[in-house]
Amino acid sequence: MGLELYLDLLSQPCRSIYIFARSNNIPFEFKHVELFKDSVLGKKPAAGSGAEQPRAGPSNSEGAGKVSLLKKVPALKDGDFTLAECTAILLYLSRKYNTPDHWYPSDIQKRAQVDEYLSWHHANIRANAPKTMWIKVLIPLFTGQPLPSEKLQEVMEGLSTSLKQFEERFLQDKAFIIGSEISLADLVAIVELMQASFCVPQTDTPDQRRFPSFLVLLYELIFIFSLYLYLQPVGVGCDIFEDRPRLKEWRRRVEDAVGKELFFQAHEMILNIKELSNIQIDPQLKEHLAPVLMKMLK
Amino acid sequence: MGLELYLDLLSQPCRALYIFARSNNIPFEFKRVELMKGQHRTEEFRNVNVLMKVPALKDGSFTLAESIAILLYLARKFKTPDHWYPSDLQKRARVDEYLSWQHVNIRGKGSKLFLTKVLLPLLTGQPLSPKKLEGVTEELNVVLKQFEEKFLQDKPFIAGSEVSLADLVALVELMQPVGAGYDLFEERPKLAEWRSRVEEAVGKQLFQEAHEGILNIQTLTADKIAPELLEHFKHQLLKQASQN
Repeated sequence: MGLELYLDLLSQPCRSIYIFARSNNIPFEFKHVELFKDSVLGKKPAAGSGAEQPRAGPSNSEGAGKVSLLKKVPALKDGDFTLAECTAILLYLSRKYNTPDHWYPSDIQKRAQVDEYLSWHHANIRANAPKTMWIKVLIPLFTGQPLPSEKLQEVMEGLSTSLKQFEERFLQDKAFIIGSEISLADLVAIVELMQASFCVPQTDTPDQRRFPSFLVLLYELIFIFSLYLYLQPVGVGCDIFEDRPRLKEWRRRVEDAVGKELFFQAHEMILNIKELSNIQIDPQLKEHLAPVLMKMLK
Repeated sequence: MGLELYLDLLSQPCRALYIFARSNNIPFEFKRVELMKGQHRTEEFRNVNVLMKVPALKDGSFTLAESIAILLYLARKFKTPDHWYPSDLQKRARVDEYLSWQHVNIRGKGSKLFLTKVLLPLLTGQPLSPKKLEGVTEELNVVLKQFEEKFLQDKPFIAGSEVSLADLVALVELMQPVGAGYDLFEERPKLAEWRSRVEEAVGKQLFQEAHEGILNIQTLTADKIAPELLEHFKHQLLKQASQN
């Protein structure tokens, strides 16, 4: 049994690992995890629908649970050795498979710059970006209430500040964070920012498409749980790259460096998720979830 | 001009750096940056770290922020003993794993408790709500349990039989809630023993010296904080306290 990577491509850290492994031709078994699946299964469909429960498909969640005591993705299993945390996994793979030097340069100053970004990232980009999604899309969608503009402004400001610091401290006028070549730092940064690169249409009058109730329930729970767990910034009119030409250029360079096809393949699922925002939401579900979401808003 | 470390020992990551450098006899110039006096917001310091945070390193023209990055840089440059950041692939991965996880968890929750219990009442003049304190304490308790079960387990140290950067970073963070008056080691014998081992490994005296400030933090009064900072801190801390 070789290297196993437990991943859900809806999750940003999972995508950076997926792209890194594939880009470097690291042989691994992709163990697809859908963390939310086990929560959805066992939930009854909306009353009176008479519909069947969603069928239990093969799930690697249990496997992931065994691999990572923290029950999170991403997770790695290499023989008896198990490992969690994106940064740790990326570094382990780069060392074990002797990937090209630029990913984690042997030059100690350049290496320190990568470490600096990977450390800063946790409390900044990764902390701020998710909220924009909640604030702009999900909460109005589920509660039917428009958002107080001050809250929205506060969240957008948080993200803007992080982006400003990213450009000022980390990217500056360089092609990539460490200079002329891509490294783990760029990869980890880009997957977080990707979600803000497209816009979700205003949801005042959602598309009237209707799905069978159990499917709606399934989709909505998927939507909620995946976004709750993975928290991507999606914006109504907030393509964060639009007004930031330097970031836009950098993004293009990163895509080229890893391979455009691979990059888009990794992001396929997340790019499709915006479709779900058009679904008409079951009013019972809306009622049930609204207080939960209002609490999150605080 | 040699290596300069910009530190305020009230800050957990600064303590990790200070202890690591002193313990390994790394020659450096201690540049004190007093957070309470707003010295991190001066133009002068901004030239060292545009993010205006401590700790920061200056090595000739090379500047660096983020304690983890600085610790690793020092370990490499000064070729510290292997156990700090083991060359064994799997042991090293264990250290990386902890250093990554801790940002949001041990560091996040420990800081939150400290903010809530010490800084916010001080800055806002408002009494601490017992319910709020209970809430943040519970959050910390949850991550402490994860720390014991997932990272420490039954080993003497996180990476195995020897102390590493992971243990040092963990312990300095746990001292922050202790400084705030929450003796989390009291009913956790496994953690208390681990703490003892880490202190021995770095040098008990050095450890105590580094923690003198934070262990006396409850004597801090609002008048010791630069007035122009009060508003800024209040705003920032209220925001932080409502996150996570």
